[in-house]
Amino acid sequence: MHEMSITLSMMEIVREHMAKNGVGRLKRLRIRVGEFTAVEPHAVRFCFEACVKGTSMEGAVLDIEDVPLMGKCVECNEEFCMEYLLQPCPKCDGVAVTRTTGSELDIVSMEAE
Amino acid sequence: MHDILIQEDILSKNDEIAQENREMLRERGVFSINMVSSPGSGKTSIIEKTIGLVKEFLKLAVIEGDIQTDLDAQRIKRHGIPVKQITTGRTCHLDAHMVHHALPWLFGHKDIKFLIIENVGNMVCPAEYDLGEDMKVAVMSVTEGDDKPLKYPAMFSASQVLLINKIDLLPYTDFNMQRARENALRINPDLLVLETSCVKGSGFSDWCEFLLRSAGADTGPAIKSLIK
Repeated sequence: MHEMSITLSMMEIVREHMAKNGVGRLKRLRIRVGEFTAVEPHAVRFCFEACVKGTSMEGAVLDIEDVPLMGKCVECNEEFCMEYLLQPCPKCDGVAVTRTTGSELDIVSMEAE
Repeated sequence: MHDILIQEDILSKNDEIAQENREMLRERGVFSINMVSSPGSGKTSIIEKTIGLVKEFLKLAVIEGDIQTDLDAQRIKRHGIPVKQITTGRTCHLDAHMVHHALPWLFGHKDIKFLIIENVGNMVCPAEYDLGEDMKVAVMSVTEGDDKPLKYPAMFSASQVLLINKIDLLPYTDFNMQRARENALRINPDLLVLETSCVKGSGFSDWCEFLLRSAGADTGPAIKSLIK
């Protein structure tokens, strides 16, 4: 399971930003996890809650935004929410579809004091 | 209370180190591939056969990634090629940091021009982790089902080459090669798909010519004459 190494990377980045901003306690962390990443949000939450114990991040609320897999049809430019990976365009049935969102694995923002 | 905007990719640390690896390898003219697949698809056997055909044209080295044991490294060592085993313990994939630590060892060997990284057998996580390689090479065998690309799209999307291996076993499976190729190209239309058998040697002439061309080595008809 690599959600642990992802959580640790996330905490490292947060720690750096906390130091840069001179804040000592994390209250809330907002992240985005795309549907197409091989990352399970529940597992990230589990790892986060386990890893922050005894640190300046303990007790922080973790907001996870699930980013859906969106596609854009190459033929007719229709943008749609993809229910499955090879879903054709619902408008023109075209099979050439570009994925526009769903690959995100970002830290968006934090609240700290 | 401070509301602080971060907007940073969680894997940015890995990607920064991967980019550093990439620059260090390219500065020294080293062509590198990251071989990814399920456990048991034949990565190590493919590497062994590739070494046998390529080593007289290009000096190569191998980095082996496994959760436990150095059994794969021992197999490579028997071919007289520099090999470093990374044993991850529990981590199910190699990351850029691990490869970064292996680079001083690699650069300590003179004139290496081709690096093969054999990743931990895992069809999921290695897709997310850039190691700094020039290309990811996915391997799937005919015993794994022709729907494999549909089930593991991230891995096939992230790769530049697909080796469909163990084609000598086709008569004993209901694997449909055309369907497998179609599935792979649906997921990634830019994939170069080659069919191989380590046992029979099929496909290795094309695979090795591709590698040598990609590494900028001079080949001529010599590779084809090596395949019996």
